[in-house]
Amino acid sequence: MGLRGLAGLLALTIATIWYLSGLEDYRIFVPGLAQGAAMTVQITAAAAVLAVTAALVAALLKLYGPAPLRWLAVTYIEIFRGTSALVQLFWLYFVLPVFGITLEAYTAAVIGIGLNIGAYGAEVVRGAIVAVPRGQWEATVALNMSRAQALRRIILPQAFAAMIPPWGNLFIELLKTTALVSMITLGDLAFRAQQMNQTTMKTVQIFTLVLLIYLAMSLVITIAMRLLERRAGRGILRARAA
Amino acid sequence: MTEPMVSFENVTKRYGTLTVLDNLNLTIGRGEKVAIIGPSGSGKTTVLRMLMTLETIDGGVIRVEGEPLTHMERGGKLVPADQAHIRKVRAKIGMVFQSFNLFPHMTALQNCIEAPMKVLGLSREKAEARAMDLLDMVGMANRRDYYPSQLSGGQQQRVAIARALAMRPKVMLFDEVTSALDPELVGEVLQVIRKLGAEHDLTMLMVTHQMGFAKEFADRVCFFHSGRICEEGEPQAFFTNPQNERSRQFLRAVLEAG
Ligand SMILES: Nc1ncnc2c1ncn2[C@@H]1O[C@H](COP(=O)(O)OP(=O)(O)O)[C@@H](O)[C@H]1O
Ligand SMILES: [Mg+2]
Repeated sequence: MGLRGLAGLLALTIATIWYLSGLEDYRIFVPGLAQGAAMTVQITAAAAVLAVTAALVAALLKLYGPAPLRWLAVTYIEIFRGTSALVQLFWLYFVLPVFGITLEAYTAAVIGIGLNIGAYGAEVVRGAIVAVPRGQWEATVALNMSRAQALRRIILPQAFAAMIPPWGNLFIELLKTTALVSMITLGDLAFRAQQMNQTTMKTVQIFTLVLLIYLAMSLVITIAMRLLERRAGRGILRARAA
Repeated sequence: MTEPMVSFENVTKRYGTLTVLDNLNLTIGRGEKVAIIGPSGSGKTTVLRMLMTLETIDGGVIRVEGEPLTHMERGGKLVPADQAHIRKVRAKIGMVFQSFNLFPHMTALQNCIEAPMKVLGLSREKAEARAMDLLDMVGMANRRDYYPSQLSGGQQQRVAIARALAMRPKVMLFDEVTSALDPELVGEVLQVIRKLGAEHDLTMLMVTHQMGFAKEFADRVCFFHSGRICEEGEPQAFFTNPQNERSRQFLRAVLEAG
């Protein structure tokens, strides 16, 4: 779908939420769900920053790091991709205290989800870096650039454009994963919904609103990534189209 | 005799069990223009890539103005060089590729100022002034703000030449720089190389299939066959009266192909 279509869908979603919020049956849930949504947004944003950072570091170490750091990166990627996010959250929140490390639930949530998505992201980053044609590296050697200069100025900017669409998917995956944080006592959107559902049994009203709110959030992510893609694509995407 | 600009001394290159260059000895004088010709797979590209440090060597030593390129002298012995040494010597070499390899996310001008600013430490003003002189020289000044994808192959290659020159190399390597171009664009690139050739202190090493150009432009022709120099000499003599049977065969085949 084009950007315009996505924007239209987002507007429609927000309008529907707005309309429903005004109805008698729905109004009582709005404050609680809004609080939950704020928590979800907060965790999503913080975990996304951590995920991108972890992915970049892990990918660069796996590709260019000295042996011990390379192994560390590979181990991180495999552990966090190979086990479920829920198990990782439980470890961070319930198991680590046994070893004397106690994390706030919010901190554990951000670290757990950030590192989980970061492990997938590392493969995205690595794939995009190795997909940059070899001739680009060779040109940097011919211009006597250092490897670090080449990576920072030539290779990563080109890889960046190729990474944006898969990162869009990962961020949406991240958003959905945040629903797990209710398992470690955090009051996110999904948690508030369940809580209110148990006391009021208004399943239709509550989960209609919740569905629409998640949809609005993921549409915001998709649109933001499309805009980023458009900007980063200057020159490069035109080259691909040609 | 003055010191040669570049010398290959018993240089050997292998890929696995395949010996691509076998004890190559080649000396290139300061300002000399050398054309390297020969059949496909004879090792021509490998010679340039070794000099650009894009390939390692398996034996022998390459010197640039007497200084070993990928080795350092230590206690009278040659040991593998560190990155700092390689970069110091490599600064004297520039290369233009068959496939241009311009940076697609940068405009023509940005392509030409990136390394001068980041590697040589030039200020933006200095780097831009230098780049504009060179873009002007290759006839691309009016395309300074174009991205590579907006330029024709010939234009891209001319920008690539300007980009390499902006580093002020003493030796320029050209690897079949017109082979990827549509026929009508070959001339504009050769014209730029001719202009460069008029600068007497620039040493040029050029792999080419343009025999006419090699004959008119080069001071010397080296004919490669199976990783060895089969014949070398002054172009007039080489093209009109090749001595080696393989050279004769090769020239005949090239002539027939038109
Ligand atoms: N990376 C490589 N791995 C294995 N063999 C290679 C590689 N690069 C070149 N060769 C081989 O080395 C030989 C010389 O190649 P090259 O220098 O490119 O020849 P030319 O430029 O004269 O056509 C060829 O037989 C080629 O197949
Ligand atoms: Mg070749």
